[in-house]
Amino acid sequence: MTLFGWKLPMVFSIAIWFAAWELVGWMGITTMIPPFSRVIEAGITILPTAKFATAATVSLRSFAIGMALALAIGIPLGFLMARVRALGRILGMWVNIFVSAPISALVPILMAVVGIGESTVVVTVFLFAVFVIVLDTQIGVAHADRSLVEMAHSFGARRDQVYTKVLILSALPEILAGVRLGTIRGVKGVVIGQLLVAIIGVGELFELYSQHFLMEEFWALVVLVFLFAFAVSEAIAALERRVEYYASAR
Amino acid sequence: MADDAIVEVRGVGKTYEGGVEALANVNLSFPPSQLSTLLGPSGCGKTTLLKIIAGLIPPGAGEVWVKGARVHGPGPERAFVFQDFALLPWANVLRNVAFGLELRGVPPAERNEIARRHIAEVGLGGFESSYPNQLSGGMKQRVGLARALTVDADIILMDEPFSSVDEQTRRKFQEELLVLLRNKRKTVIFVTHSIEEAAYLSDQIVLLTPRPGTVSRIIRPGMERSKSPDEIRRDQRYLDAVDEIWQILKHHVA
Repeated sequence: MTLFGWKLPMVFSIAIWFAAWELVGWMGITTMIPPFSRVIEAGITILPTAKFATAATVSLRSFAIGMALALAIGIPLGFLMARVRALGRILGMWVNIFVSAPISALVPILMAVVGIGESTVVVTVFLFAVFVIVLDTQIGVAHADRSLVEMAHSFGARRDQVYTKVLILSALPEILAGVRLGTIRGVKGVVIGQLLVAIIGVGELFELYSQHFLMEEFWALVVLVFLFAFAVSEAIAALERRVEYYASAR
Repeated sequence: MADDAIVEVRGVGKTYEGGVEALANVNLSFPPSQLSTLLGPSGCGKTTLLKIIAGLIPPGAGEVWVKGARVHGPGPERAFVFQDFALLPWANVLRNVAFGLELRGVPPAERNEIARRHIAEVGLGGFESSYPNQLSGGMKQRVGLARALTVDADIILMDEPFSSVDEQTRRKFQEELLVLLRNKRKTVIFVTHSIEEAAYLSDQIVLLTPRPGTVSRIIRPGMERSKSPDEIRRDQRYLDAVDEIWQILKHHVA
Protein backbone atom coordinates (compact mmCIF):
# COMPACT_ATOMS: atom_id res chain seq x y z
CA MET A 1 0.00 0.00 0.00
CA THR A 2 1.34 3.46 -0.86
CA LEU A 3 0.02 6.72 0.56
CA PHE A 4 1.33 10.11 -0.63
CA GLY A 5 4.35 8.29 -2.03
CA TRP A 6 5.08 6.54 1.28
CA LYS A 7 5.26 2.77 1.34
CA LEU A 8 3.18 1.47 4.20
CA PRO A 9 2.98 -2.03 5.64
CA MET A 10 -0.37 -3.88 5.59
CA VAL A 11 -0.62 -3.62 9.37
CA PHE A 12 -1.05 0.12 8.88
CA SER A 13 -4.45 -0.32 7.24
CA ILE A 14 -5.64 -2.30 10.24
CA ALA A 15 -4.18 0.35 12.54
CA ILE A 16 -6.14 3.08 10.73
CA TRP A 17 -9.36 1.14 11.15
CA PHE A 18 -8.76 0.67 14.84
CA ALA A 19 -7.89 4.36 15.25
CA ALA A 20 -11.14 5.34 13.52
CA TRP A 21 -13.06 2.92 15.72
CA GLU A 22 -11.37 4.39 18.81
CA LEU A 23 -12.30 7.92 17.70
CA VAL A 24 -15.95 7.05 17.00
CA GLY A 25 -16.08 5.34 20.39
CA TRP A 26 -14.81 8.42 22.23
CA MET A 27 -17.18 10.75 20.36
CA GLY A 28 -19.97 8.85 22.08
CA ILE A 29 -22.30 8.85 19.04
CA THR A 30 -23.90 5.62 20.13
CA THR A 31 -23.54 3.34 23.13
CA MET A 32 -23.41 0.44 20.66
CA ILE A 33 -19.84 1.34 19.71
CA PRO A 34 -17.47 1.63 22.66
CA PRO A 35 -13.83 2.70 22.04
CA PHE A 36 -11.62 -0.07 20.66
CA SER A 37 -9.23 0.09 23.63
CA ARG A 38 -12.15 -0.71 25.96
CA VAL A 39 -13.05 -3.68 23.74
CA ILE A 40 -9.49 -4.97 24.05
CA GLU A 41 -9.66 -4.51 27.82
CA ALA A 42 -12.95 -6.41 27.95
CA GLY A 43 -11.41 -9.14 25.81
CA ILE A 44 -8.51 -9.49 28.23
CA THR A 45 -10.97 -9.69 31.13
CA ILE A 46 -13.28 -12.31 29.63
CA LEU A 47 -10.58 -14.59 28.14
CA PRO A 48 -9.50 -16.20 31.45
CA THR A 49 -13.05 -16.62 32.84
CA ALA A 50 -14.55 -20.07 33.30
CA LYS A 51 -17.68 -18.95 31.44
CA PHE A 52 -15.66 -18.12 28.34
CA ALA A 53 -13.68 -21.35 28.59
CA THR A 54 -16.91 -23.38 28.72
CA ALA A 55 -18.43 -21.45 25.82
CA ALA A 56 -15.29 -21.85 23.73
CA THR A 57 -15.04 -25.58 24.50
CA VAL A 58 -18.69 -26.22 23.61
CA SER A 59 -18.42 -24.16 20.42
CA LEU A 60 -15.17 -25.76 19.28
CA ARG A 61 -16.58 -29.20 19.99
CA SER A 62 -19.70 -28.58 17.89
CA PHE A 63 -17.54 -27.05 15.17
CA ALA A 64 -15.08 -29.97 15.17
CA ILE A 65 -17.77 -32.67 15.11
CA GLY A 66 -19.79 -30.88 12.42
CA MET A 67 -16.72 -30.31 10.26
CA ALA A 68 -15.48 -33.89 10.74
CA LEU A 69 -18.86 -35.17 9.53
CA ALA A 70 -18.88 -32.74 6.61
CA LEU A 71 -15.41 -33.93 5.52
CA ALA A 72 -16.11 -37.63 6.12
CA ILE A 73 -19.31 -37.50 4.08
CA GLY A 74 -18.60 -34.63 1.67
CA ILE A 75 -15.33 -35.83 0.15
CA PRO A 76 -16.38 -39.47 -0.53
CA LEU A 77 -19.76 -38.27 -1.85
CA GLY A 78 -18.03 -35.84 -4.20
CA PHE A 79 -15.83 -38.70 -5.42
CA LEU A 80 -18.82 -40.96 -6.02
CA MET A 81 -20.71 -38.24 -7.85
CA ALA A 82 -17.76 -37.67 -10.17
CA ARG A 83 -17.14 -41.38 -10.83
CA VAL A 84 -20.73 -42.65 -11.03
CA ARG A 85 -22.36 -40.53 -13.69
CA ALA A 86 -25.97 -41.38 -12.78
CA LEU A 87 -25.40 -40.43 -9.13
CA GLY A 88 -23.77 -37.18 -10.21
CA ARG A 89 -26.82 -36.27 -12.25
CA ILE A 90 -29.35 -37.19 -9.56
CA LEU A 91 -27.59 -35.48 -6.64
CA GLY A 92 -25.87 -32.69 -8.60
CA MET A 93 -29.00 -30.58 -8.81
CA TRP A 94 -29.65 -30.81 -5.06
CA VAL A 95 -26.07 -30.03 -4.12
CA ASN A 96 -26.17 -26.98 -6.36
CA ILE A 97 -29.43 -25.79 -4.80
CA PHE A 98 -28.23 -26.30 -1.24
CA VAL A 99 -24.81 -24.76 -1.80
CA SER A 100 -26.49 -21.41 -2.45
CA ALA A 101 -29.54 -21.88 -0.19
CA PRO A 102 -29.88 -19.84 3.03
CA ILE A 103 -29.29 -22.75 5.42
CA SER A 104 -29.89 -20.52 8.47
CA ALA A 105 -33.59 -20.51 7.59
CA LEU A 106 -33.60 -24.25 8.25
CA VAL A 107 -32.16 -24.03 11.76
CA PRO A 108 -35.54 -23.43 13.51
CA ILE A 109 -36.84 -26.58 11.80
CA LEU A 110 -33.70 -28.44 12.90
CA MET A 111 -34.40 -27.37 16.48
CA ALA A 112 -37.82 -28.95 16.24
CA VAL A 113 -36.42 -32.17 14.76
CA VAL A 114 -33.05 -32.63 16.50
CA GLY A 115 -33.91 -30.82 19.73
CA ILE A 116 -32.59 -27.59 21.21
CA GLY A 117 -28.97 -28.19 22.09
CA GLU A 118 -25.53 -29.07 20.87
CA SER A 119 -26.70 -31.55 18.25
CA THR A 120 -28.63 -28.81 16.44
CA VAL A 121 -25.43 -26.78 16.24
CA VAL A 122 -23.49 -29.79 14.97
CA VAL A 123 -26.07 -30.37 12.24
CA THR A 124 -26.01 -26.66 11.36
CA VAL A 125 -22.22 -26.66 10.98
CA PHE A 126 -22.48 -29.83 8.87
CA LEU A 127 -25.13 -28.34 6.57
CA PHE A 128 -23.24 -25.07 6.20
CA ALA A 129 -20.00 -26.82 5.26
CA VAL A 130 -20.85 -30.03 3.43
CA PHE A 131 -22.28 -28.85 0.11
CA VAL A 132 -19.36 -26.74 -1.04
CA ILE A 133 -17.01 -29.60 -0.11
CA VAL A 134 -19.06 -32.07 -2.17
CA LEU A 135 -19.20 -29.69 -5.13
CA ASP A 136 -15.47 -28.86 -5.21
CA THR A 137 -14.45 -32.50 -4.74
CA GLN A 138 -16.74 -33.53 -7.58
CA ILE A 139 -15.27 -30.87 -9.89
CA GLY A 140 -11.70 -31.79 -8.91
CA VAL A 141 -12.19 -35.50 -9.55
CA ALA A 142 -14.21 -35.00 -12.74
CA HIS A 143 -11.48 -32.75 -14.15
CA ALA A 144 -8.62 -35.01 -13.05
CA ASP A 145 -6.23 -35.68 -15.90
CA ARG A 146 -7.75 -38.61 -17.81
CA SER A 147 -4.46 -39.59 -19.36
CA LEU A 148 -2.99 -40.08 -15.85
CA VAL A 149 -5.82 -42.51 -15.12
CA GLU A 150 -5.18 -44.26 -18.43
CA MET A 151 -1.46 -44.37 -17.65
CA ALA A 152 -2.14 -45.99 -14.27
CA HIS A 153 -4.38 -48.59 -15.97
CA SER A 154 -1.71 -49.33 -18.58
CA PHE A 155 0.74 -50.16 -15.79
CA GLY A 156 -1.78 -52.52 -14.25
CA ALA A 157 -3.18 -50.33 -11.45
CA ARG A 158 -6.00 -51.86 -9.43
CA ARG A 159 -9.15 -49.80 -8.93
CA ASP A 160 -8.15 -48.76 -5.40
CA GLN A 161 -4.69 -47.73 -6.64
CA VAL A 162 -6.25 -45.47 -9.27
CA TYR A 163 -8.06 -43.69 -6.42
CA THR A 164 -5.27 -43.49 -3.87
CA LYS A 165 -2.31 -42.91 -6.18
CA VAL A 166 -3.86 -40.78 -8.94
CA LEU A 167 -7.36 -39.37 -8.41
CA ILE A 168 -7.05 -38.05 -4.83
CA LEU A 169 -3.75 -36.31 -5.51
CA SER A 170 -4.91 -35.01 -8.85
CA ALA A 171 -8.04 -33.50 -7.28
CA LEU A 172 -6.26 -32.26 -4.15
CA PRO A 173 -6.15 -28.53 -5.08
CA GLU A 174 -9.91 -28.44 -5.67
CA ILE A 175 -10.64 -30.58 -2.61
CA LEU A 176 -8.58 -28.23 -0.41
CA ALA A 177 -10.33 -25.17 -1.85
CA GLY A 178 -13.63 -26.85 -0.96
CA VAL A 179 -12.39 -27.66 2.53
CA ARG A 180 -11.30 -24.05 3.09
CA LEU A 181 -14.62 -22.62 1.90
CA GLY A 182 -16.46 -25.29 3.90
CA THR A 183 -14.51 -24.42 7.04
CA ILE A 184 -15.31 -20.71 6.73
CA ARG A 185 -18.97 -21.60 6.30
CA GLY A 186 -18.67 -23.97 9.25
CA VAL A 187 -17.56 -21.09 11.52
CA LYS A 188 -20.63 -19.15 10.41
CA GLY A 189 -22.70 -22.26 11.04
CA VAL A 190 -21.52 -22.62 14.63
CA VAL A 191 -22.23 -18.95 15.44
CA ILE A 192 -25.60 -18.82 13.69
CA GLY A 193 -26.63 -22.18 15.12
CA GLN A 194 -25.73 -21.14 18.65
CA LEU A 195 -27.33 -17.71 18.29
CA LEU A 196 -30.59 -19.29 17.24
CA VAL A 197 -30.43 -21.96 19.91
CA ALA A 198 -29.20 -19.22 22.30
CA ILE A 199 -28.55 -21.38 25.34
CA ILE A 200 -25.09 -22.80 24.62
CA GLY A 201 -21.58 -21.83 23.74
CA VAL A 202 -20.53 -18.57 22.16
CA GLY A 203 -24.13 -17.97 21.06
CA GLU A 204 -25.22 -17.90 24.69
CA LEU A 205 -22.52 -15.34 25.49
CA PHE A 206 -23.55 -13.19 22.51
CA GLU A 207 -27.15 -13.26 23.77
CA LEU A 208 -26.08 -12.48 27.31
CA TYR A 209 -23.89 -9.54 26.35
CA SER A 210 -26.30 -7.96 23.88
CA GLN A 211 -29.31 -8.26 26.19
CA HIS A 212 -27.42 -6.56 29.01
CA PHE A 213 -25.86 -3.98 26.70
CA LEU A 214 -22.36 -5.19 27.56
CA MET A 215 -21.12 -3.82 24.23
CA GLU A 216 -17.43 -3.95 25.12
CA GLU A 217 -17.64 -7.67 25.90
CA PHE A 218 -19.89 -8.20 22.89
CA TRP A 219 -17.39 -6.64 20.47
CA ALA A 220 -14.49 -8.45 22.13
CA LEU A 221 -16.27 -11.73 21.39
CA VAL A 222 -16.92 -10.67 17.79
CA VAL A 223 -13.21 -9.91 17.32
CA LEU A 224 -12.26 -13.28 18.83
CA VAL A 225 -14.60 -15.21 16.52
CA PHE A 226 -13.26 -13.23 13.54
CA LEU A 227 -9.69 -14.02 14.53
CA PHE A 228 -10.51 -17.71 14.89
CA ALA A 229 -12.16 -17.93 11.45
CA PHE A 230 -9.29 -16.01 9.89
CA ALA A 231 -6.65 -18.22 11.51
CA VAL A 232 -8.33 -21.45 10.43
CA SER A 233 -8.82 -20.21 6.88
CA GLU A 234 -5.22 -18.99 6.64
CA ALA A 235 -3.91 -22.32 7.93
CA ILE A 236 -5.74 -24.19 5.16
CA ALA A 237 -4.70 -21.57 2.59
CA ALA A 238 -1.07 -22.13 3.57
CA LEU A 239 -1.55 -25.86 2.96
CA GLU A 240 -3.20 -25.06 -0.38
CA ARG A 241 -0.27 -22.95 -1.53
CA ARG A 242 2.02 -25.91 -1.01
CA VAL A 243 -0.23 -28.03 -3.21
CA GLU A 244 -0.69 -25.26 -5.80
CA TYR A 245 2.95 -25.69 -6.69
CA TYR A 246 2.16 -29.09 -8.17
CA ALA A 247 -1.18 -27.96 -9.55
CA SER A 248 0.55 -25.33 -11.69
CA ALA A 249 2.12 -28.12 -13.70
CA ARG A 250 -1.17 -29.72 -14.69
CA MET B 1 -0.13 -64.97 -40.33
CA ALA B 2 3.48 -65.37 -39.25
CA ASP B 3 4.06 -68.12 -36.72
CA ASP B 4 6.72 -66.24 -34.84
CA ALA B 5 4.68 -63.06 -34.36
CA ILE B 6 4.74 -61.67 -30.80
CA VAL B 7 1.64 -59.52 -31.34
CA GLU B 8 -1.21 -60.47 -33.65
CA VAL B 9 -4.22 -58.38 -34.54
CA ARG B 10 -7.05 -60.44 -35.99
CA GLY B 11 -10.03 -58.84 -37.71
CA VAL B 12 -10.11 -55.87 -35.33
CA GLY B 13 -12.80 -53.26 -35.83
CA LYS B 14 -13.94 -50.38 -33.64
CA THR B 15 -16.95 -48.12 -33.95
CA TYR B 16 -17.25 -45.28 -31.46
CA GLU B 17 -20.48 -44.10 -29.86
CA GLY B 18 -22.20 -41.90 -32.40
CA GLY B 19 -21.37 -44.28 -35.26
CA VAL B 20 -17.85 -43.13 -36.21
CA GLU B 21 -16.08 -46.19 -37.61
CA ALA B 22 -12.46 -45.82 -36.48
CA LEU B 23 -11.15 -49.21 -37.61
CA ALA B 24 -12.47 -51.97 -39.87
CA ASN B 25 -11.13 -55.51 -40.24
CA VAL B 26 -7.49 -54.86 -39.37
CA ASN B 27 -5.20 -57.91 -39.60
CA LEU B 28 -1.57 -57.46 -38.62
CA SER B 29 1.31 -59.38 -37.16
CA PHE B 30 4.30 -57.86 -35.40
CA PRO B 31 7.59 -59.78 -35.39
CA PRO B 32 9.55 -59.89 -32.12
CA SER B 33 12.52 -57.57 -31.48
CA GLN B 34 11.58 -55.33 -34.37
CA LEU B 35 10.33 -51.79 -34.59
CA SER B 36 7.03 -51.43 -36.41
CA THR B 37 5.32 -48.12 -37.04
CA LEU B 38 1.64 -47.43 -37.56
CA LEU B 39 1.60 -44.54 -39.99
CA GLY B 40 -1.26 -42.57 -41.44
CA PRO B 41 -3.00 -39.21 -41.54
CA SER B 42 -5.06 -38.07 -38.57
CA GLY B 43 -8.35 -39.91 -38.27
CA CYS B 44 -6.98 -43.23 -39.55
CA GLY B 45 -7.43 -44.85 -36.13
CA LYS B 46 -3.74 -45.52 -35.50
CA THR B 47 -3.85 -44.41 -31.86
CA THR B 48 -7.09 -46.38 -31.38
CA LEU B 49 -5.37 -49.49 -32.75
CA LEU B 50 -2.38 -48.99 -30.45
CA LYS B 51 -4.65 -48.58 -27.41
CA ILE B 52 -6.56 -51.73 -28.38
CA ILE B 53 -3.24 -53.62 -28.50
CA ALA B 54 -2.39 -52.08 -25.11
CA GLY B 55 -5.72 -53.33 -23.74
CA LEU B 56 -6.79 -49.79 -22.81
CA ILE B 57 -9.71 -49.84 -25.27
CA PRO B 58 -11.73 -53.01 -25.93
CA PRO B 59 -12.03 -53.83 -29.65
CA GLY B 60 -15.55 -53.69 -31.13
CA ALA B 61 -14.80 -56.73 -33.30
CA GLY B 62 -11.95 -59.21 -33.63
CA GLU B 63 -9.21 -59.97 -31.15
CA VAL B 64 -5.60 -59.22 -30.22
CA TRP B 65 -3.14 -61.93 -29.23
CA VAL B 66 0.10 -61.19 -27.41
CA LYS B 67 2.68 -63.94 -26.82
CA GLY B 68 0.08 -66.59 -27.49
CA ALA B 69 -2.60 -65.25 -25.13
CA ARG B 70 -5.68 -63.26 -25.97
CA VAL B 71 -5.67 -59.66 -24.71
CA HIS B 72 -8.41 -58.69 -22.25
CA GLY B 73 -6.72 -55.64 -20.76
CA PRO B 74 -3.29 -54.22 -19.97
CA GLY B 75 -0.58 -56.74 -19.10
CA PRO B 76 2.95 -56.73 -17.69
CA GLU B 77 4.48 -57.77 -21.04
CA ARG B 78 3.36 -54.46 -22.59
CA ALA B 79 4.35 -50.92 -21.56
CA PHE B 80 2.93 -47.69 -22.98
CA VAL B 81 4.63 -44.38 -23.74
CA PHE B 82 2.09 -41.57 -23.95
CA GLN B 83 1.88 -38.69 -26.41
CA ASP B 84 1.21 -36.18 -23.61
CA PHE B 85 3.82 -37.89 -21.35
CA ALA B 86 1.23 -38.60 -18.59
CA LEU B 87 3.66 -37.84 -15.77
CA LEU B 88 2.41 -37.35 -12.23
CA PRO B 89 2.95 -33.61 -11.62
CA TRP B 90 3.26 -34.10 -7.85
CA ALA B 91 5.98 -36.74 -8.12
CA ASN B 92 9.65 -36.28 -8.97
CA VAL B 93 11.41 -38.04 -11.84
CA LEU B 94 12.50 -40.96 -9.68
CA ARG B 95 9.00 -41.68 -8.41
CA ASN B 96 7.48 -41.23 -11.87
CA VAL B 97 9.93 -43.69 -13.41
CA ALA B 98 9.38 -46.18 -10.59
CA PHE B 99 5.58 -45.77 -10.71
CA GLY B 100 4.94 -48.98 -12.66
CA LEU B 101 6.90 -50.96 -10.08
CA GLU B 102 5.22 -49.05 -7.23
CA LEU B 103 1.83 -50.23 -8.57
CA ARG B 104 3.15 -53.80 -8.57
CA GLY B 105 4.14 -53.52 -4.92
CA VAL B 106 7.92 -53.66 -5.42
CA PRO B 107 9.61 -52.37 -2.20
CA PRO B 108 10.92 -48.76 -2.43
CA ALA B 109 14.65 -49.52 -2.18
CA GLU B 110 14.49 -52.08 -4.96
CA ARG B 111 12.27 -50.10 -7.33
CA ASN B 112 14.31 -46.91 -6.85
CA GLU B 113 17.49 -48.72 -7.70
CA ILE B 114 15.99 -50.14 -10.91
CA ALA B 115 14.50 -46.73 -11.77
CA ARG B 116 17.86 -44.96 -11.25
CA ARG B 117 19.49 -47.33 -13.71
CA HIS B 118 16.93 -46.56 -16.40
CA ILE B 119 17.01 -42.83 -15.72
CA ALA B 120 20.74 -42.92 -16.44
CA GLU B 121 20.09 -45.02 -19.53
CA VAL B 122 17.80 -42.43 -21.12
CA GLY B 123 20.31 -39.70 -20.30
CA LEU B 124 18.54 -38.08 -17.35
CA GLY B 125 21.09 -38.90 -14.65
CA GLY B 126 21.15 -36.07 -12.11
CA PHE B 127 17.48 -35.15 -12.63
CA GLU B 128 16.08 -37.80 -10.27
CA SER B 129 14.63 -35.28 -7.84
CA SER B 130 13.36 -32.78 -10.44
CA TYR B 131 9.63 -32.36 -10.97
CA PRO B 132 7.94 -32.65 -14.39
CA ASN B 133 7.19 -28.90 -14.61
CA GLN B 134 10.95 -28.24 -14.35
CA LEU B 135 11.70 -30.39 -17.43
CA SER B 136 11.52 -29.66 -21.17
CA GLY B 137 9.21 -31.67 -23.44
CA GLY B 138 12.05 -33.87 -24.63
CA MET B 139 13.15 -34.60 -21.07
CA LYS B 140 9.58 -35.39 -20.03
CA GLN B 141 9.34 -37.96 -22.79
CA ARG B 142 12.63 -39.48 -21.67
CA VAL B 143 10.99 -39.93 -18.27
CA GLY B 144 8.02 -41.60 -20.02
CA LEU B 145 10.38 -43.94 -21.85
CA ALA B 146 12.36 -44.75 -18.69
CA ARG B 147 9.09 -45.58 -16.91
CA ALA B 148 8.19 -48.01 -19.70
CA LEU B 149 11.66 -49.62 -19.59
CA THR B 150 11.58 -49.96 -15.81
CA VAL B 151 8.75 -52.52 -15.82
CA ASP B 152 10.86 -54.66 -18.20
CA ALA B 153 8.08 -55.34 -20.70
CA ASP B 154 8.97 -57.14 -23.94
CA ILE B 155 6.72 -54.89 -25.95
CA ILE B 156 6.89 -51.09 -25.87
CA LEU B 157 3.92 -49.26 -27.32
CA MET B 158 4.61 -45.63 -28.22
CA ASP B 159 1.87 -43.19 -29.13
CA GLU B 160 3.38 -40.30 -31.14
CA PRO B 161 6.05 -39.88 -28.47
CA PHE B 162 7.87 -37.09 -30.27
CA SER B 163 4.92 -35.01 -31.45
CA SER B 164 5.25 -32.43 -28.67
CA VAL B 165 9.03 -32.25 -28.93
CA ASP B 166 10.94 -29.74 -31.07
CA GLU B 167 12.66 -30.91 -34.28
CA GLN B 168 16.28 -30.93 -33.06
CA THR B 169 15.44 -32.73 -29.84
CA ARG B 170 13.38 -35.14 -31.87
CA ARG B 171 16.25 -36.16 -34.16
CA LYS B 172 18.61 -36.75 -31.27
CA PHE B 173 15.96 -38.68 -29.40
CA GLN B 174 15.17 -40.86 -32.43
CA GLU B 175 18.81 -41.78 -32.86
CA GLU B 176 19.24 -42.65 -29.20
CA LEU B 177 15.97 -44.58 -29.19
CA LEU B 178 17.11 -46.78 -32.06
CA VAL B 179 20.35 -47.69 -30.32
CA LEU B 180 18.71 -48.25 -26.93
CA LEU B 181 15.82 -50.42 -28.11
CA ARG B 182 17.93 -52.48 -30.47
CA ASN B 183 20.40 -53.25 -27.71
CA LYS B 184 17.54 -54.36 -25.51
CA ARG B 185 15.87 -56.48 -28.23
CA LYS B 186 12.51 -54.91 -27.45
CA THR B 187 9.53 -55.23 -29.75
CA VAL B 188 8.34 -51.70 -30.44
CA ILE B 189 5.05 -50.58 -31.95
CA PHE B 190 5.23 -46.91 -32.71
CA VAL B 191 2.46 -44.56 -33.85
CA THR B 192 3.44 -41.54 -35.92
CA HIS B 193 2.16 -39.23 -38.62
CA SER B 194 5.68 -38.36 -39.76
CA ILE B 195 6.74 -40.21 -42.92
CA GLU B 196 10.44 -39.49 -42.35
CA GLU B 197 10.23 -40.71 -38.77
CA ALA B 198 8.55 -43.95 -39.87
CA ALA B 199 11.02 -44.60 -42.69
CA TYR B 200 13.98 -43.79 -40.47
CA LEU B 201 13.02 -45.86 -37.44
CA SER B 202 11.15 -48.85 -38.76
CA ASP B 203 11.78 -52.42 -39.73
CA GLN B 204 8.13 -52.58 -40.75
CA ILE B 205 5.81 -49.73 -41.68
CA VAL B 206 2.06 -50.29 -41.54
CA LEU B 207 0.25 -47.73 -43.67
CA LEU B 208 -3.27 -47.00 -42.52
CA THR B 209 -5.85 -45.13 -44.56
CA PRO B 210 -8.72 -43.28 -42.91
CA ARG B 211 -12.51 -43.50 -42.51
CA PRO B 212 -12.62 -46.30 -41.57
CA GLY B 213 -9.02 -47.14 -40.65
CA THR B 214 -7.79 -50.07 -42.71
CA VAL B 215 -4.35 -51.43 -43.56
CA SER B 216 -3.43 -50.09 -46.97
CA ARG B 217 0.14 -51.42 -47.35
CA ILE B 218 2.98 -52.88 -45.33
CA ILE B 219 6.45 -51.64 -46.27
CA ARG B 220 9.78 -53.03 -45.11
CA PRO B 221 12.52 -50.48 -45.91
CA GLY B 222 15.23 -53.08 -45.20
CA MET B 223 17.94 -50.70 -44.04
CA GLU B 224 21.09 -52.06 -42.48
CA ARG B 225 20.94 -50.98 -38.88
CA SER B 226 24.67 -51.09 -38.48
CA LYS B 227 24.88 -47.85 -40.43
CA SER B 228 25.23 -44.51 -38.72
CA PRO B 229 22.16 -42.23 -38.47
CA ASP B 230 23.56 -39.86 -41.11
CA GLU B 231 24.24 -42.72 -43.51
CA ILE B 232 20.69 -44.00 -43.06
CA ARG B 233 19.30 -40.59 -43.96
CA ARG B 234 21.25 -40.68 -47.23
CA ASP B 235 20.54 -44.36 -47.97
CA GLN B 236 18.64 -44.92 -51.23
CA ARG B 237 16.30 -47.42 -49.52
CA TYR B 238 15.36 -44.77 -46.93
CA LEU B 239 14.64 -42.22 -49.68
CA ASP B 240 12.66 -44.79 -51.69
CA ALA B 241 10.57 -45.72 -48.67
CA VAL B 242 9.75 -42.06 -47.97
CA ASP B 243 8.72 -41.57 -51.60
CA GLU B 244 6.65 -44.77 -51.75
CA ILE B 245 4.75 -43.86 -48.59
CA TRP B 246 4.02 -40.36 -49.82
CA GLN B 247 2.72 -41.68 -53.16
CA ILE B 248 0.17 -43.80 -51.30
CA LEU B 249 -0.78 -41.36 -48.58
CA LYS B 250 -1.21 -38.26 -50.71
CA HIS B 251 -4.50 -39.61 -52.08
CA HIS B 252 -5.92 -39.62 -48.55
CA VAL B 253 -4.90 -36.16 -47.49
CA ALA B 254 -7.69 -33.65 -47.81
